[in-house]
Amino acid sequence: MKDKRDLKIQAIEEGTVIDHIKAGQALNVLRILGISSGCKGTVSFVMNAPGSGGRKDVVKIEGRELNVAELNRIALISPKATINIIRDFEVVQKNMVVLPSYVEGVVRCTNSNCISNSSEPIKSKFSVLQSEDGVVTLRCLYCEHVISENIAENLL
Amino acid sequence: MKDFSREEIDHVLDTAEKLESVARGEEKSRLLDGKIVALLFFEPSTRTRLSFEAATQRLGGRILNLGSVEASSVMKGENLADTIRVISNYADLIVLRHPLDGSAQMASEFSTVPIINGGDGSVHHPTQTFLDLYTIRRESHLEGLKIAMAGDLKYGRTVHSLCHALSLYGAEMTFVSPPELRMPQEIVRDLEKKKIRVKETDSFEDIIGDVEVLYMTRVQRERFPDPEEYEKVKNRLKITGDLLKGADPSLKILHPLPRVNEIAPEVDSTPHACYFQQAFYGVPTRMALLALAMGVIE
Repeated sequence: MKDKRDLKIQAIEEGTVIDHIKAGQALNVLRILGISSGCKGTVSFVMNAPGSGGRKDVVKIEGRELNVAELNRIALISPKATINIIRDFEVVQKNMVVLPSYVEGVVRCTNSNCISNSSEPIKSKFSVLQSEDGVVTLRCLYCEHVISENIAENLL
Repeated sequence: MKDFSREEIDHVLDTAEKLESVARGEEKSRLLDGKIVALLFFEPSTRTRLSFEAATQRLGGRILNLGSVEASSVMKGENLADTIRVISNYADLIVLRHPLDGSAQMASEFSTVPIINGGDGSVHHPTQTFLDLYTIRRESHLEGLKIAMAGDLKYGRTVHSLCHALSLYGAEMTFVSPPELRMPQEIVRDLEKKKIRVKETDSFEDIIGDVEVLYMTRVQRERFPDPEEYEKVKNRLKITGDLLKGADPSLKILHPLPRVNEIAPEVDSTPHACYFQQAFYGVPTRMALLALAMGVIE
């Protein structure tokens, strides 16, 4: 009989499992993927689950295979997350998220005087950089303001 | 300014030099014959707007002026993107000045004609940097220049852009400011990474004999919560005839203007004073940028 401690979330038949999310960031991952209260499909998540490399979050999205561009945005807040595509209960594809070099409409520029924070019909645009020690920084393509911390707090 | 390589900057400055006699009115030019330049200034400006007008007219072009923002469609709630889409149907080039950072970049996404950034928000004023570089090249030299920048180095957008541009020419830079208005440390670090020698001080006395260009900026009263502190700083950072007795005879003093009292009037008649000449150099520099942007000069 399976250990009850392993049954926090059921296995899914079809869909996407995002594993090894930085602990505490699951809700931000849902936000970055645009999954909110209006979502019709089944979405489950665990926060602060114990894992071999310390605590982590896991998100499971049933019946939907997310595309690479959507998923790679997760790297902005959790660069070590992994993506598992599930078909018929089997993992058919497993990848690490890859930090995109450019993101649009995902993060709000923290410069309150930036044109992207006005009522103009534009989306925020950033080039994405990562230092040797892994720190992710965003440079606004409108005002050149740099965001190097609190990226999660500025998700749109 | 960071988008421009040294070669591209040199090309603009070379073009400005070729057009200088036209800017002085000594030669006529029809380079912009039949062209219309729209000036969209969403905040007050005297020198930038008038020098763009002069530059356009010296090249035989015509001006379309937005006029006051209060009397325009902007007051009816039209956004900048729509204004740009409309005006780009009327003109061959738009010069934009706007209070929001990044507005020129956004305008370029909606415009079907070239946009020249006439100053957006608190960060960019690239045509000022081009004219500063042109002044330095004409009146001193760019390569390995020993320059001091003084005044409000914390908020002054002209000095920030100038630092970056001059770093392409290997300058030695001294920053003279009160501690409250020091050059942002990320800019200092950025310069040091590019092997630029940087010195910071709060008075002119130690450095005035060892610089070739002194770029002065205005210290604004509103930066100081304590009026007494402002008075002290204002008087300490003042260029006077006495101070210049210790200067190199070839020292040139630049200022983006308007000045208030940071350069004493007696300095105006010395060979060091370059700021009114600098204001003139705004015309050939902007002529070059207009002509290059519209493709009438390669």
